[in-house]
Amino acid sequence: MGQTFAEKILAHYANKPDAATGEIVTVHPDHLLMHDNAAPIVKKIASDLDTYGLCNTKMPIIVLDHVIPASDEKTATNHQLIRTFVNKYKLPYFYDIGEGICHQLVVEKGLALPGQLLLGSDSHTCSYGAVGAFATGIDRTEAAALLLTGETWLKVPKSIRINLAGTIRQPVSAKDVVLWVIGQVGASGADYCSVEYHGDIAQFSVDDRFTIANMAVEMGAKNAVFPVDKVTTKYLQSLQITSAQYKAVAADSDAVYASTRDIAMEEIPPMVAVPHHVDNVKPVAEVAGVHLHQCLIGTCSNGRLSDLKVTAKILKGKTVNRGIRLLVLPASRQIYLDALKEGYIDIIVKAGGVILPPGCGPCLGAHQGVLAPGERCLSTSNRNFKGRMGCKDAEIYLASPATVAASAIHGVITDPRSEVKP
Amino acid sequence: MKVWRYGDDVNTDMLFPGKYTYTCSTAEEIKPHLLEDLDPIFAKGVQKGDLIVAGKNFGYGSSREQPVVGLVAVGINAIIADSYARIFYRSSINQGLLLIECPAAVKAYRTGDTVSVDVEKSVVIVGGRSFPFPRLPKEILAIRDAGGLLPYTRARLKQRGSCVQP
Repeated sequence: MGQTFAEKILAHYANKPDAATGEIVTVHPDHLLMHDNAAPIVKKIASDLDTYGLCNTKMPIIVLDHVIPASDEKTATNHQLIRTFVNKYKLPYFYDIGEGICHQLVVEKGLALPGQLLLGSDSHTCSYGAVGAFATGIDRTEAAALLLTGETWLKVPKSIRINLAGTIRQPVSAKDVVLWVIGQVGASGADYCSVEYHGDIAQFSVDDRFTIANMAVEMGAKNAVFPVDKVTTKYLQSLQITSAQYKAVAADSDAVYASTRDIAMEEIPPMVAVPHHVDNVKPVAEVAGVHLHQCLIGTCSNGRLSDLKVTAKILKGKTVNRGIRLLVLPASRQIYLDALKEGYIDIIVKAGGVILPPGCGPCLGAHQGVLAPGERCLSTSNRNFKGRMGCKDAEIYLASPATVAASAIHGVITDPRSEVKP
Repeated sequence: MKVWRYGDDVNTDMLFPGKYTYTCSTAEEIKPHLLEDLDPIFAKGVQKGDLIVAGKNFGYGSSREQPVVGLVAVGINAIIADSYARIFYRSSINQGLLLIECPAAVKAYRTGDTVSVDVEKSVVIVGGRSFPFPRLPKEILAIRDAGGLLPYTRARLKQRGSCVQP
């Protein structure tokens, strides 16, 4: 009987010939991601670290991205504590403010490779399935224990196979595809499961796959993964990573799945998730005309160069509507530099957009563009939970960069097909 | 003992708003904001030994552990729900909080029913009727029974005298 991606990779990390669905295995992940939350994590085990030391200095990756630059004395002190910890243990994988969003950096710096296992104290750690890694989120306490022991347990999950069939119709994008999928599967439809994407995936760049894998947790999935193909290897080559440096893991053709779902991509229109749940999706056309106050393009879900390119294409020669604050966050310094070079930033700023530093921005509601009561934001981020952008009496809609850019021009939710002819 | 009843898909922002995640980490800092955007009377009214009964996918969303740390700190005895989101479930094991997956008990519950849990027998008693719930695997039970992941890890480190890498 064939094995799924999850069964195969977890057996490998458990040093076992096979690992059946439901089995609990002990694993040593290649990397543990932490961000600003490294401060409370380290505080939990300060005296244990003094006694036992840090298990493996090459395992932790720490990125300051959530509240950057520090917004107050408390966050500044946390950042300071993290820098002291990093210097004390001479951690090689530390990225200070301005380098980018943690998930983007893990992929962009080549720290997630095909066939690797990564855990992170952030729910969107599942993004690294874009390059064929098994990656999933854990809490702060577990991250603390991992710093001391380097090991944890994982239950081998059931797997769901999603066949993406056909070709998307521009300006429909990966974001619309994943919103469509989440609408079909539901917010709990993939609880505890590993999601494997198969089918006509060659049309999706690593940027696109990142967006799709990133939102797997919004349907409850443990991880999501794309098979490693030419798109992946070419991307990794652009990072100077050769195929000799990793061993891709692929599901067997006769693997057994808990369920299989076929998605006909021609049918997918520009989509939007309406308040206050991510699986509450509708075609943009059904909510067109809804009045907006803020538009956000960026975050770990959609702040990559291809997203900024679409944004610039739509905004070129246009002006953001008077009633709209358009916030744009490149997902990393490299993306920011590339977007400057390509002229995208120039177009966005001239149109009236505000560029925020590479980081999480207002997505988690802590700073840089929180909402007021009664306000409505259209965002490329991944959560529209009540209160998410800092105010429980505000509304968040989620959509693609093309939809958000088109809507920023008109001040109301706008179908991007009116701005970009396919 | 009070039962706090909530519906489906109660997410992490409802349990503990994201805006506090980088300024509130200790139990005392977390407590006043628990369930702030879901049920404003919870934080003031909750008492030691209270229970939560909820629908499906409880705790979905972020990996933040403040909801669990806070619920343990205020003395929530157990949560009984149709199902849980995985990071929340894992986090509860790590903090030693008892999560019970028992849709039949949730369905049977009516406002005013007394609810109790017999961990030994692995049953929930709702209004006098017993509903069995699945036991955790022994590897996982060992973590919860140690009082959570850090006490469990410390005991193992003490035994080995150094980091637990093989």
